[in-house]
Amino acid sequence: MKNENLYNYILGIADNSLILGQRLGELCGHGPSLETDIAGTNISLDLIGQTRSYYQYATKISEQEKTEDDIAFLRIEREYKNVLLVEQPNTHFGYVMGRQYLFDVYHLMMLQQLQFSKDETLAAIAKKGIKEVSYHKRFSGDWVKRLGDGTAESTAKMQEAINDLWRFTAELFDMTDADTAMALEGKGVDVSKLKEGYYKEVTALLEEATLTAPEGMYFSRGGKKGVHSEHMGYLLADMQYMQRTYPNMEW
Amino acid sequence: MSNEQIKSLEEIFEARIARDEKIEPKDWMPEKYRKTHIRQISQHAHSEIVGMLPEGNWISRAPSLRRKAALLAKVQDEAGHGLYLYSACETLGISRIELYDQLHSGKAKYSSIFNYPTLTWADMGAVGWLVDGAAIINQVPLCNTSFGPYARAMVRVCKEESFHQRQGFEIMLKLCNGSKQQKDMAQDALNRWWWPSLMMLGPTDAESVHTEQSMKWKLKRKSNDDLRQQFIDQTVPQADLLGLTIPDPDLKFNEQTGSYDFGTIDWDEFWQVVKGHGPCNKQRISARVAAWDNGSWVRDAAMAHAAKKEALKIKIAI
Repeated sequence: MKNENLYNYILGIADNSLILGQRLGELCGHGPSLETDIAGTNISLDLIGQTRSYYQYATKISEQEKTEDDIAFLRIEREYKNVLLVEQPNTHFGYVMGRQYLFDVYHLMMLQQLQFSKDETLAAIAKKGIKEVSYHKRFSGDWVKRLGDGTAESTAKMQEAINDLWRFTAELFDMTDADTAMALEGKGVDVSKLKEGYYKEVTALLEEATLTAPEGMYFSRGGKKGVHSEHMGYLLADMQYMQRTYPNMEW
Repeated sequence: MSNEQIKSLEEIFEARIARDEKIEPKDWMPEKYRKTHIRQISQHAHSEIVGMLPEGNWISRAPSLRRKAALLAKVQDEAGHGLYLYSACETLGISRIELYDQLHSGKAKYSSIFNYPTLTWADMGAVGWLVDGAAIINQVPLCNTSFGPYARAMVRVCKEESFHQRQGFEIMLKLCNGSKQQKDMAQDALNRWWWPSLMMLGPTDAESVHTEQSMKWKLKRKSNDDLRQQFIDQTVPQADLLGLTIPDPDLKFNEQTGSYDFGTIDWDEFWQVVKGHGPCNKQRISARVAAWDNGSWVRDAAMAHAAKKEALKIKIAI
């Protein structure tokens, strides 16, 4: 492959959207209200749409004969580059909104930089994504506030989710080799620079939600290098079922 | 109000319907009209949200990203249909929570077709092609029904359903042009969904209890048997196009009527499913009840938060 770094860089971004979209899709029809079901499905749909744009671009860079679905469905677990945060299960609605918010803040910051990429395709995908992700962040942030500053039960549940998910946030700002190479070329985003602003913004919202940002915690990392949590294998077994059972067919 | 006054209101009301005028929520209406509409519109709304479950069952396993996105969009449309049908129903003086209670307790019915399981990807094709196809036949006449909010909701529902039906047919077409395994999967789905789809258009005219009154109020414009015949006549040529066999040895084109004659429907099965003993009745209701119960702390929090915001606003204003 001529541009392996670009290829890996695209997958690093796209895999987050795919896996989070997959997780949200599992919830469809099971949400706490019809309105949240519609919104959750809509966010999932946006994320799957973004994934397709990235993967379609990646197929052009790959010199092998690959389709977007080969990339989505036919890799082994170690080859998925998504962060650990997005693969975490839908434990309860507090986790779903906490996971979403903690990702959305990062996602929007990253896209706001990516829109100035020297790579025109990535810049175009980012521009379109900004509109969608701004809405995602507003939705998830509002829910973190409602649940955090709602009833005693909801405050406890939302805090529980934040406590559990917090340790997955630091990985968002780790730079992979592909990230570093693409940032140097002006095509990728130096995500390590987003860290300070991210924690400032998230902490402020948690405060407004009467929640506490955990301190002095150990952080979990590994997703970006393909070392995932135990949850990932089951997610992939589900997602890849058709492509694995019926190989080489069109749907 | 005296009996005579009511009688005169009823006469005016029936005359308006006869002139094809729309009845709006604030207009006077007979109690029976209101109750019948609550029953039918809520049954329709419940069918939309219970119908999200068998299709939602395949979102995580959709075989391609394009199909995953299309299925997500479809199930989202159904949730949207549920939302505005519940809203239309609420204009008749009943709350969404009361309607949910009726669904959860088993008092309210929903389309019995959703009590069948979706076992393979081809079922996503068959449900779109057959179930949405039958639904459209049922629903298109309702775009001109007498109750304004229901009629307006149906215009949008029908547009989206017709898109879903084409999408379902396209899934089937792709399978039928694919490998032997794919074609077998498509035939198996047709075998399992054909008869329940015919049943979906309701009991035979002889057994249908609501038809006459509903016809008068334009809540129904064709009888169940007529709708069923229309569905069969429309669908058989589509199955031919797909190269699939309708699982009915008695199915035969009748030159004289210009329609297809068909075999006997197993109405015992239909009533069994309607009475709660289909393959998935318990599973579907349990899923809805679980979603509702598990979501109560979320809804409570939203209300509590809104109340706090409101109190703060008032405090600032003072």
